[in-house]
Amino acid sequence: MRTIDISRDIDAHTMIVTTEFDHPIEKVWQLWADPRCLERWWGPPTYPATVTHHDLSAGGKVTYFMTGPEGDTPGGYWNVLAVEAPFTLDVVDGFADDQGQAIESLPTTAMSTRLAARPDGGTVVTITSVFPSVEAMEQMISMGMEDGLREAMGQMNAVLAG
Amino acid sequence: MVVRLAEADLTDRVMHALADSTRRDIVATVLTTEHSVSALARKYPMTFAAIQKHVAVLEAAHLVTKRVSGRERLVSGNMEALRTARAVFDQLESLWRDRAARMHDLLDDESPAPSTTYSDRADRSTGHTSTRSTPDTYEGERDAND
Repeated sequence: MRTIDISRDIDAHTMIVTTEFDHPIEKVWQLWADPRCLERWWGPPTYPATVTHHDLSAGGKVTYFMTGPEGDTPGGYWNVLAVEAPFTLDVVDGFADDQGQAIESLPTTAMSTRLAARPDGGTVVTITSVFPSVEAMEQMISMGMEDGLREAMGQMNAVLAG
Repeated sequence: MVVRLAEADLTDRVMHALADSTRRDIVATVLTTEHSVSALARKYPMTFAAIQKHVAVLEAAHLVTKRVSGRERLVSGNMEALRTARAVFDQLESLWRDRAARMHDLLDDESPAPSTTYSDRADRSTGHTSTRSTPDTYEGERDAND
């Protein structure tokens, strides 16, 4: 049984994703710890991710790029703030250039991941993303999913106009 | 003021809030000019309490904001902020919903969950009680081919 709950706090620019797995915590942790695993869920099928550097230790860095349908390859990085396998991973997620260097002018997201073992052997995962502002969120999305945003805005306008 | 709403909850509230013609009219009115609740009550053939209820519904949907000024409660439209924030959150939410679904696909494909394996085995053994003497592996293969 898959449960994926997402709650938002618009005022605090925060989104919390909670999902439960029937798999043991060590197995679920591999979603972050194994770069080959990570790249299979991080990017959408239309923008698959390739992890180019993966150091999941405090002060370490993960770099990746995505490959778009037009051959575009937007890059990103994680600065690892804190890690306690297999329970805790705090990173700052940002945009990177072709060399994997952070693009400082673009907004970053603070992403905290928590894994907790369930008594029955399953795992609860909670991912909290804190964005600097709604404007920054808009900017992030417009870079990767411009069409989707336009569509969503169009739908919202239709609802509000009705 | 922390407003934490479950996914879809806010969408439901927006839909519900805008389903009523009086509330749509209130939104349109306070969007251009801030109105007190009593001024709105004078504008519509309704009681103060009824208008207050409508405003509360709109407020819960983030369509209007209310502020206290002296003895008055002033209502103003919050559509632009809401539209932007919601659209943005919708996008990020769908991004993460897809990511979480891929996480599940990945783990489920590589190693079935213990509970699933257990129930599969239970079903199989129940269904083949009379052929217990057949080696398990052979039985398993035949099941797979069926």
